[in-house]
Amino acid sequence: MKKESPNKSEAVCPSKLELVQIQDKLARAKSGPQYWRCLEELAQTDGFYEMLHREFPRQASVWPEGASRRDFMKLMSASLALAGLTACVKQPLEPIVPYVRQPEEIVLGKPLFFASAMPFGAYATPVLVESHEGRPTKVDGNPEHPAGLGGSDVFAQASILDMYDPDRSQIITYLGEMNTWSGFSTTLKGALNSQKAVKGSGLRILSHTVGSPTMASLMDQVQAAYPQSKWVQYEPLNRDNVRAGAKLAFGQYVETRYNLEKADIILTLDGDFLSSGFPGFLYYARSFAARRNPDLKEKMARFYAIESTPTNTAGKADHRLPVRASEVEQLARAIAAGVGAGGGAAAKPEHQKFVAALVKDLQAHRGAAVVIPGDNQPPAVHALAHAMNQALGATGNTVIYTDPVEAKPQEQTAALKELVGEINSGKVDLLLIMGANPVYDAPADFDFLAAMDKVPLRVQHSLYRDETSEHVHWHINGTHYLEEWGDARAFDGTYSIVQPLIAPLYNGKSEYEFIVSLIGSPETAGYDIVRKYWQGKMPGGDFDAQWRKALNDGFVANTALAAKSVSAKGANIPASNNGGNGEAMEVIFRRDPMIYDGSRANNGWLQETPKPITNLCWDNAVLISPNTANKQGLATGDIIEIEVNGRKQKGPIWPQPGHPDNSITVFLGYGRTKAGRVGNDVGFDFYQIRTSDAAWMTTAKISKVGSGYGFAHPQGFQYIDHSDLPKGTEPLSNRHIIRKATLQDFIKNPNFAHEGIESPGPEMTLYTNYQYTELKWGMTIDMNSCIGCKTCIVACQAENNIPVVGKEQTMRGRQMQWLRVDVYYEGGTENPSVYYQPVPCQQCENAPCEVVCPVGATVHSTEGLNDMVYNRCVGTRYCSNNCPYKVRRFNFLLFQDFETPQFKMMRNPEVSVRSRGVMEKCTYCVQRITAGRITAEKENRKVRDGEVITACQQACPAGAIVFGDLNDPNSRVAKLKAQQRNYNLLEDLNTRPRTSYMAVVQNPNPDLEQSEPS
Amino acid sequence: MQQGPEENTVLMDVPWPDEPPVLGPGQTFGSMTDTIADAVLTRPIGLGWLVGLAIGMGLVAILMAAVTYLFLIGVGIWGINVPVGWGFAIINFVWWIGIGHAGTLISAILLLLKQSWRNSINRFAEAMTLFAVACAGMFPLLHMGRPWLAYWMFPYPSSMGVWPQFRSPLVWDVFAVSTYATISAVFWYVGLVPDFATMREKASHPLTKKVYGMLGLGWRGSARHWKRYEALYILLAGIATPLVLSVHTVVSFDFAISIVPGWHTTIFPPYFVAGAIYSGFAMVLVLAIPIRHFYHLESMITMRHLQNAAKIMLATGLIVAYGYFFEAFMAFYSGSTYERFMMQNRWFGPYAVFYWTLILFNLVIPQVLWVPKIRANTRWLFLISLVILVGMWLERFIIIVTSLSRDFLPSSWGHYVATRWDYAVFFGTIGFFTAAIFIFIRIMPAISIFEMRTLLPEAEVKAK
Repeated sequence: MKKESPNKSEAVCPSKLELVQIQDKLARAKSGPQYWRCLEELAQTDGFYEMLHREFPRQASVWPEGASRRDFMKLMSASLALAGLTACVKQPLEPIVPYVRQPEEIVLGKPLFFASAMPFGAYATPVLVESHEGRPTKVDGNPEHPAGLGGSDVFAQASILDMYDPDRSQIITYLGEMNTWSGFSTTLKGALNSQKAVKGSGLRILSHTVGSPTMASLMDQVQAAYPQSKWVQYEPLNRDNVRAGAKLAFGQYVETRYNLEKADIILTLDGDFLSSGFPGFLYYARSFAARRNPDLKEKMARFYAIESTPTNTAGKADHRLPVRASEVEQLARAIAAGVGAGGGAAAKPEHQKFVAALVKDLQAHRGAAVVIPGDNQPPAVHALAHAMNQALGATGNTVIYTDPVEAKPQEQTAALKELVGEINSGKVDLLLIMGANPVYDAPADFDFLAAMDKVPLRVQHSLYRDETSEHVHWHINGTHYLEEWGDARAFDGTYSIVQPLIAPLYNGKSEYEFIVSLIGSPETAGYDIVRKYWQGKMPGGDFDAQWRKALNDGFVANTALAAKSVSAKGANIPASNNGGNGEAMEVIFRRDPMIYDGSRANNGWLQETPKPITNLCWDNAVLISPNTANKQGLATGDIIEIEVNGRKQKGPIWPQPGHPDNSITVFLGYGRTKAGRVGNDVGFDFYQIRTSDAAWMTTAKISKVGSGYGFAHPQGFQYIDHSDLPKGTEPLSNRHIIRKATLQDFIKNPNFAHEGIESPGPEMTLYTNYQYTELKWGMTIDMNSCIGCKTCIVACQAENNIPVVGKEQTMRGRQMQWLRVDVYYEGGTENPSVYYQPVPCQQCENAPCEVVCPVGATVHSTEGLNDMVYNRCVGTRYCSNNCPYKVRRFNFLLFQDFETPQFKMMRNPEVSVRSRGVMEKCTYCVQRITAGRITAEKENRKVRDGEVITACQQACPAGAIVFGDLNDPNSRVAKLKAQQRNYNLLEDLNTRPRTSYMAVVQNPNPDLEQSEPS
Repeated sequence: MQQGPEENTVLMDVPWPDEPPVLGPGQTFGSMTDTIADAVLTRPIGLGWLVGLAIGMGLVAILMAAVTYLFLIGVGIWGINVPVGWGFAIINFVWWIGIGHAGTLISAILLLLKQSWRNSINRFAEAMTLFAVACAGMFPLLHMGRPWLAYWMFPYPSSMGVWPQFRSPLVWDVFAVSTYATISAVFWYVGLVPDFATMREKASHPLTKKVYGMLGLGWRGSARHWKRYEALYILLAGIATPLVLSVHTVVSFDFAISIVPGWHTTIFPPYFVAGAIYSGFAMVLVLAIPIRHFYHLESMITMRHLQNAAKIMLATGLIVAYGYFFEAFMAFYSGSTYERFMMQNRWFGPYAVFYWTLILFNLVIPQVLWVPKIRANTRWLFLISLVILVGMWLERFIIIVTSLSRDFLPSSWGHYVATRWDYAVFFGTIGFFTAAIFIFIRIMPAISIFEMRTLLPEAEVKAK
């Protein structure tokens, strides 16, 4: 038998302090103030760090490195098992103390709203942030902002999750070890001192695109202090083509803005202007929807789209022409020639009819036509579009040119190339990377990592410990835009002040504070930096009042960029060398509609939201046309290897109806290795085959290397006609899910949505009909306005504390989002028509779910809501089986994260957090209804129309969703329901839904109608 | 007609000229009692029995593990999803409940109809019912998202004043199944009382004597006992008889009340009841054939029994076939696009192979029972019974899964694939059933001793 170790007492008491060791440490800490909390820290004993780890878990590594999502799920399961045990553990007493001094304006339980702006690339998305007792909980659009109009996009909606992301970088590190801001400033000071001597010739700063005026002024100051230094802006999804196109057309950088409300004819050349992330998306969505209202009759706008990969934008088109990306230019030239804007080349024979009709239409609407090119198209296409817009008299009407919104426009790829060259030639001594992740997303041919490793001192400031952080000396944890002061400009140039909603969760430094440390005191607060910049620049007199007004409104009034008179030179635009070759397989690189360039890869909401059109989530499938897939012998889930100039990457195939033949689309942003627990090892990284000379399109060889890849595709079936079903099967069109007509037919017969459709009357029930005497809630969703951008889904998820379930559970059919946007195709696989149908709970008056619940957990309210009583639910799932719309969602497992403290802060306190075994579904945001009703009762009045808005309605950039009281004949929703376009989904079932749809009206060109599938 | 019984006994039991008798020749009161009782009391425990029990118990162990994991993690360990909210659990529930029905039919309805041939098979058929209902009863509990709240399904006086929602067929189910389980158990036990007394007399070990004595409730076989006993037994049979029809009718309401295409049909109640009896008799044969073989009970469970069971299967099988036909006919006759699609989807959709297997197993193969030679062959009967059991399971699979997986909105269509935990629970209940049957035949008289004795001509004398 072994004896007890005699050293036991030593093990309990931390190791003895070596005085010599401490003195040695002190001697080494020469420069700058070094503080220590206790002698143990100074001696850097293990015991101290152990203590630190336990005392301040915030600073501890929250998760062991390398834990995969699978491990995460496992641990989640394990924690569930433990959660069962906690019931047996006595909980510690937690005294709840009221405020001694009540902070001004805070009423517990009443949210406050603050206007701010979300910087996105160079542009600001105006936002209104809901805050509960100092915790931001929801981000929405700022309805007063001229560029936002109240809508929001998926990125703004999901940004709240980014802020609370427990995987965010939480500490400053030096060589991967914890360090301090003062430690960093000391090092930086040393490095800068030596740079000062050489005028900063060894100093390089690499940042994201700068749109902030304060940051721009800091850039100038850095330039002044270090005249030889260079500041490179690089984003993988940069707008180099747009800039170069403007240069080509006008000889200068200009910002192009479209006035869609004036446009009768809209033509896009691969321009995805109705998807989140396109500058001005919110504004365009709203104005596009306004012009597509069929009640405008003949004034309804017509939309042509020429595109290289199916997008939700072109899904709205009356005429969509799928062509390979490299062929867009040829078409653009043909159209330009037709409208008298130079160009010259003839269109391919199969496109000639389309071009002829289009040109005729464009010319017939001079001054009210607009051509929108896509960021991924080469400069020549942009220049052609400018020339066309000019020739069509669009300039000044539907198109407005202004000075650039970007603070310092730059040819970003060229600038990055130069930087890499300089590093390789040893010219760079100090590299500061801010808000960029070049190790992951720089063009593959730059071999950025190898170059960067040569820089003697590398510093990175970022929100996450990403791929780049692994290779820098210093990593500074940044702040989220909800934690910092700053400013930004919307796409129209309107300035916004970014204000913090919460103190930085992890003591991060904002970018402003980071850059100021180069030129001033490293302790300058972000507030002072921004305020100081604005002093004297605010329009109007009293600065304090103006500053406060700007903060209150969320923007500095009347600062939109004024129109600028420029003239496109037209003709003689040199053809771009885009590698277009009729035979070779074309590869096009696109941003992911949800996780953008990959910077949002760790956002579970975005990952799980089905992408527009494909409705895939958690993956970046390689899109290919079904035709080409057949020819190549490829099927869904086959894995192909894409070889671009010797660089290879694998990816799984998804045959996508409407994709042009002989072309594949790959989406950037996936395959990250250091994104965090959610984003790591999801999908495939196509930056590895993306080079600087072919950033958007190139040619490649593809070969099949595997098969059986599983996709998470929450939508069961996308064809509304029976293309995928055995011949002779009952046609799905008999279900009248999508009702549509052309504008001509609609004008002739406005009642088209109800003809030949069985619609049982209210007397067709055994029960007496309930009289809704007070309020009677209802909703309409205009399928003509809906652009399929999926913002409503993320908004609903944020508002209603909906958990993320992960790819595996989604594949099993257990996604939890209460709202879904069904995407239906009609017509062949080559160029089908596309319809979007958002489906929340239909809140049936004769709800099939209610009668079958054995415990009465789903019941009808006096206002006509189909309420779900979570506490009463025992989880038989009968209600879901009996729901014809399948809008109910079941917690098959413990999907909700009850442990992570950040998520506890993030949740909407007004909405129950559901646990395992409970059914849930859309409630029409009952918490908002209740809040509105209480307010109205207090003021002894009726609820006003528009006072209660649902989260999806609030988020919808197109304003497609309208909610209100049906008992009020003057409410918007009641008026819409009275329209003939209004119809109920599956109305023959006599469920009598409160949610109804406005039928689709398309406006095809009669010249093209016969040949095109409508 | 010499061998036939006397006129005041079971008139309906007049066999056809070449039909085998209900009772083998050469039996007396004593020999009959010994044959049945010795199987429990003196027969040594054989290797075959041990192996059988071990298999059953092994599966029970898997069931326990699966249920533990299920309660810990949630029903998400199964393959169910939205739209297919019900999977194996409900399929198995309906299947097991159906199997139970044959037991009640044999013991109650055939008793009332004075079909005395039932006497040799009613005991284990009732045991089968009881165990099948036990298996079935597990599933509604297991399939709940929050099984610890299952008692909310019962109308108990809650302090919150909330009641179950009586419009829901699931609540009807609770009453139907719990009544069924109670009546079946009481009926079975009451039937066993005189036999427990016999066992008490025959047992030699004092402990065995004591246990059987207690179970026998002091039965002495007095005329007064018998008088009351007969009255109670007939009364219970009377109560149990409507249950044969009502329980599966109510179970079928789980589907028929809903609006799901493929569920919402008025033919379901009779079709479900017939299906239940169909599969129940198949299970009776699957049990009877090995039992009579291994326990040498051929003279009590004669070919007559097996053939009668086969005929009932043939008859109920045809009713089920009628159900299938009219399900399809009504789908098209209704003019409802959803119903039509549902039927086409069963025929040609992703689960078509299961549908056609079901048609083969439940419709085509059982038709060989028309051939007397096959009815007289125990191996064939055993095999066909197994086929029917699988077929009936598939029928429930088709009804539940294909209907749910593709209902109204194509966007919500889904696919259901069972996981290993689905199979673990299913086979676990089969194990439970097997183990229970194995234990039952070792500790209780598997054939009713006193009822068998009434089949002897001597019994008639007594009756006079």
